[in-house]
Amino acid sequence: MTLPPYAELLGLTLDPDDETTLMMPFGDDVLGRPGFLHGGAISGLMEVAAIVALRHALADEGGGRIKPINVTVDFMRGGRDRPTFGKGVVTRLGTRVANVEATAWQDDPARPIAAARMNYLIARHD
Amino acid sequence: MSTLPIFPELAELLRDGVSGHGQRLGLLYRAQGPDWVELALPYNPEQIGDPESGVIASGPILSMMDMATSLSVWLKLGSFCSHATLDLRVDYLRPATPGKTIIGRGECYRITRSIAFVRGQAHDGDPDDPLAHVAGTFMALEGYK
Repeated sequence: MTLPPYAELLGLTLDPDDETTLMMPFGDDVLGRPGFLHGGAISGLMEVAAIVALRHALADEGGGRIKPINVTVDFMRGGRDRPTFGKGVVTRLGTRVANVEATAWQDDPARPIAAARMNYLIARHD
Repeated sequence: MSTLPIFPELAELLRDGVSGHGQRLGLLYRAQGPDWVELALPYNPEQIGDPESGVIASGPILSMMDMATSLSVWLKLGSFCSHATLDLRVDYLRPATPGKTIIGRGECYRITRSIAFVRGQAHDGDPDDPLAHVAGTFMALEGYK
């Protein structure tokens, strides 16, 4: 799967063993307050992860175009100086709307640093 | 303008511009009021989320609104206070127009002992035709004031 230019700006790479997990390296480009990730960069990682998960789910049904409706992000822990992972899960793929959840974590997937819920409008290819 | 609070962190932002992720996105300071801040996000093809249309991703807009609303809390407070975003919701009302600078206005409308409530809108030229609406909260671990 090819990632959009914005994913490159964040430095995102796909996990070779799990095609819906993304990794974002720590660095100045994603820094917020000194020593911590910017909340917007964490959100960006989760938004790209959600779209990757949705594209995979849609590909199995003939594909389609995706438009974001909204996102709600909860920030749980500060993001420190180490790689951050993001993964999206499609909770429901309807005809016109998809509900997706995404999380971001550093050391332990069970201890997320942030979680997000997104709704997307889908225009199916037919 | 001189009656508005200028504290070291805001003076630094006005003088040097934003750093870190904000700098990478090209965020610029635009204007401020007693409880609001406006930032600008110039169009940059590196931020495209949909290569087919050239529309930028939603992430940079969220980043700008996170920062504008965070600054608005300090303006309402009249001083800098270490805090973190607790949650942020963004409604994407319409796609941003490719090529246009996006303006984001964040406003703090309530501060309690430990929570600040914020809201904001983003547009790309006409404030009456917004492209995003946000609502969120910040939390100060040591408390506000």
